[in-house]
Amino acid sequence: LIAEEAELRALMLAGLAGDAAAYRALLSLLGIHLRAYFRRRLGHDAADAEDLVQESLMAMHARRATYDASQPLTAWVHAIARYKLIDHLRRRKLRRTLPLDDAAAVFSGDDAEAASARHDIDRLLAALPPKPRALIEAVKIEGLSMAEAGARNAMSETAVKVSVHRGLKALAAKIRGEDRADG
Amino acid sequence: VRTDELIENLSGDLAPVAQATLARRLAAGLLMGMAVSFLVMWLWLGIRPDLVQAMATMGYWMKFAYTLAFTVLAFLLVERLMRPGVSARRQIWLSLVPFALLAILAAMRLGLTPDSARMALVLGHSHLVCPWNIVALSVPVFIAVFWSVRAFAPTRLVLAGAAAGLLAGAAGAFVYAFHCDESAMPFVAIWYTLGIVGVGALGGAVGGWVLRW
Repeated sequence: LIAEEAELRALMLAGLAGDAAAYRALLSLLGIHLRAYFRRRLGHDAADAEDLVQESLMAMHARRATYDASQPLTAWVHAIARYKLIDHLRRRKLRRTLPLDDAAAVFSGDDAEAASARHDIDRLLAALPPKPRALIEAVKIEGLSMAEAGARNAMSETAVKVSVHRGLKALAAKIRGEDRADG
Repeated sequence: VRTDELIENLSGDLAPVAQATLARRLAAGLLMGMAVSFLVMWLWLGIRPDLVQAMATMGYWMKFAYTLAFTVLAFLLVERLMRPGVSARRQIWLSLVPFALLAILAAMRLGLTPDSARMALVLGHSHLVCPWNIVALSVPVFIAVFWSVRAFAPTRLVLAGAAAGLLAGAAGAFVYAFHCDESAMPFVAIWYTLGIVGVGALGGAVGGWVLRW
């Protein structure tokens, strides 16, 4: 939560200063957190959860002047999300008791999802030979260009392309194989 | 609308927002409301004819200081309550300080006064109209402050409404002090405060639906 806070707050302050790119990045990140939060609180009502995500983002945008830069941004986001959730339940005449939660409730759930996705990728990659694995990680996860990855591993750009392509093909085959095994 | 399209739209036309935006808008509403309230007081009740002489007395400045301090602290409280996710506990206690001080001073004053003169200090000659006049003079401020506050994000609506009401009431009392010629501390502590708290209660009563967003 602390690392999250520092990152989001920096984006928010840039956004308040008029930086549209930082602001777009902030809203996208908040959208992910909010979606996970509302889905957990509303159960399987995915459409309602998405409406609430949009309503919260619009409210945060329209009322962004109410963020005090000396205070935690995560607390601000949580208070708005919770207000919108309570308002939604009241409007739908759903008298449901909400558990008392704090900012960590908004900024924790999808971490688990992200972590498990990350775990799946690591497991699949572990099955590849070391060289293509290192290249795929460099290009697809770290975001290096083919040329940069080649320079790092003392390979030509073309050789990197071929190796990455073969590695991805092998990965795709493995995933299909697992799906078949699951089904 | 898809959420990523919404995000595109929201960040597309982005205007910078200054930290002081909230306080500035609240102050604009408050001052506008007080200007109207002052005009109403002038045309309806009139400024007290002995204002200049009164300005040489303690009683005048006591009323002035009480209502002004109440207004300023209520302003800080409202400003705080409009921000989601922050505690307003300190501001709530602070806003009680002017009344606590005045109540102590008024009690001391009453203690030093012979029995026969006490009722005059408490009731003055206008206690029946004073709270009502304060409520009436608060109406323009009340409307202006609630208009300001609609752009903010209070999450505890009844509390925020009550604070906004107290702010309007204190500002109304400040304006009323230009007409009122009472100067006893016990009178101000009781009847001024009653008027202010009445407007606060009104604010709390309507806050739940007026301040929804």
